[in-house]
Amino acid sequence: MIETYQRQFDAFAANGGREGPSWLPGLRRAAMDQFTRVGFPTARDEEWRFTPVGPIAQADFQAATPASVDRDALTPFLFGHAEWPQLVFVNGKLAPELSWVPALPPGVRVASLAAALQSVPALVEPHLSRYARSDTTAFTALNTALMRDGAFVYVPAHTSLELPIHLLFVTTAGSTGAAHPRNLIVVERGARASVVESYVGLGDDSAYFTNAVTEVYSGEDAWTEHTRLQREGGRAYHVGLTQVDQARGSHYRSFTLAMGGAISRHNLHVQLSAPGIETLMYGLYLARGDQVVDNHTAIFHDHPNCNSWEVYKGVLDDRARAVFNGKVLVKPEAQKTDAKQTNRNLLLSDTAKVDTKPQLEIFADDVKCTHGATVGFLDPGAQFYLQSRGVPAAAARRLLTYAFAAEVVNEVALEPVRLELDRLVLERLGQ
Amino acid sequence: MLEIRDLRAAAGGNEILNGINLTVRPGEVHAIMGPNGSGKSTLAQVLAGHPAYEVTGGAVRYDGQDLLDMEPEERAHAGLFLAFQYPVEIPGVTNAYFLRAAYNALRKARGQDEADPIDFIDVLEEKLKVVEWGPEIMSRAVNAGFSGGEKKRNEILQLAVLEPKLAILDETDSGLDIDALRIVAAGVNKLRSPERSFVVVTHYQRLLNYIVPDFVHVLSGGRIVKSGGKELALELEARGYEWVEEAAGVA
Repeated sequence: MIETYQRQFDAFAANGGREGPSWLPGLRRAAMDQFTRVGFPTARDEEWRFTPVGPIAQADFQAATPASVDRDALTPFLFGHAEWPQLVFVNGKLAPELSWVPALPPGVRVASLAAALQSVPALVEPHLSRYARSDTTAFTALNTALMRDGAFVYVPAHTSLELPIHLLFVTTAGSTGAAHPRNLIVVERGARASVVESYVGLGDDSAYFTNAVTEVYSGEDAWTEHTRLQREGGRAYHVGLTQVDQARGSHYRSFTLAMGGAISRHNLHVQLSAPGIETLMYGLYLARGDQVVDNHTAIFHDHPNCNSWEVYKGVLDDRARAVFNGKVLVKPEAQKTDAKQTNRNLLLSDTAKVDTKPQLEIFADDVKCTHGATVGFLDPGAQFYLQSRGVPAAAARRLLTYAFAAEVVNEVALEPVRLELDRLVLERLGQ
Repeated sequence: MLEIRDLRAAAGGNEILNGINLTVRPGEVHAIMGPNGSGKSTLAQVLAGHPAYEVTGGAVRYDGQDLLDMEPEERAHAGLFLAFQYPVEIPGVTNAYFLRAAYNALRKARGQDEADPIDFIDVLEEKLKVVEWGPEIMSRAVNAGFSGGEKKRNEILQLAVLEPKLAILDETDSGLDIDALRIVAAGVNKLRSPERSFVVVTHYQRLLNYIVPDFVHVLSGGRIVKSGGKELALELEARGYEWVEEAAGVA
């Protein structure tokens, strides 16, 4: 309900929402106005045709309330690497006692966004809400209006981070609130960083709402790896936007895994703002029961000589439903664009369903752009092959399902993350 | 070891095998030859239990058991192996993982301890030599992006690792250049033993220069129309299949 959020906005504005740099309250106000004007999307909006927003729009989610979490409860989510720099947010708020930021190279900042707005607003202002603008989606506007906390990662020019940075957003069991985490990741010229962003629910019994927005700036010749895991609780609603802006010669690679939540939607938008850019987008979604999982990606080829490579795969069981929409927009000046998009879906039941839509809009003539989408069942020939080698039928099906998903997991560059994802996928599909 | 009696099979309602009779004893190598469409590959697939084929008559005894009553994996557990004409690509699974899964599936079915990845390296080391391969092949996905020759070598590697009692080679020579053919055939010859039998399905005599059979059978119209020794293969090479078919009255 829009009124719920208006009330929260007013309460927040009266209590804490005016803190920080002078430009922030205006940004919030404009975002709230935008949200109020457009409201939640409906099935009549082309971009949301297949996404059941109703349960989110009609619910009366109050602001998530603080809670404490036992450190041991986080262990399963730490990739076996508690030594990585990590910021842990519980119900939308930084939990300093669970976070760990070791000594980092000079100028590197890994902090809560709320703190950064106080201490280094000049590093935040050039980026915040410049990429994920309030007119991107209604949920983005709502996030900007109500954002309280999130992560700020800043890697100065020509600095390489050895360890990945983990941003962990935890929702406690029994929570029924809404959180609007807002993250900003800035990797300056010639720098190198790997960031893992996890959303996890500690319980499956309560409905809550995560509305996350992450902005990423990858500077000239920067190398950025971004991994996003969505493992929300079974009754949760999750809406996320990742908005990336890439400068000349930069390399950005993304891997997203969506496997939690009752209804989840992630938009990944990548703006290629200069020539000579490389972008890799890999995705995996695993859904079962009555889960709905939606991935919308958009890549904006505005300049020449850029390459983008995208592979999203889904495994759907029971009555689960997946949506994939992949936009590739190539402007007239973006000659020598090389863009490839693939979406493959594996159905494990007759009642699972996929809506997949590649959307290529190409206005340049000297380009190489391809796309392909498939929806299918396990290959009986492959199953027979495995059985003929002694693998029982059910185990053969699990192995093939795992193999289908593992193919995209194998693209994760960072080994500990890759191994952990592999383990997760094996646990979910292969055993 | 293998006794096929009046075996009949169909696919999609079409009869392909029309009464096959064949006996294979331990250690023997039988070649099944015949023109395209004669039912050679169907026979191989039916013996391995491919679900696309329906057995419409006859019986097959294997090692004292009713083979046709067994699931494909049970046939493998009992020591039957089919080297596929078209090995399946499995992107996402490494050759090492796949081979160990198969190896352990057999061990488990036979009540033996499963091998962990370290133990399995020792098993593999010897077997890779059979097909003149180094360990790097093990980290590649199963058959994915393999050349035709590599896929067939991989089948023989699996044969070496799984040590079946009865190996059926389905057109293992098709699509091989002469070097790959030599390696594959040499691999098979290394695996010959007095206990292990082979049924070699092939269109051409070429493979049989390397894998010398004890018996040659000509399949036509879903039946064995002529049987003989290894010299029959040379005669077929020289005269083609038509004279056999005409003599048998099936052409």
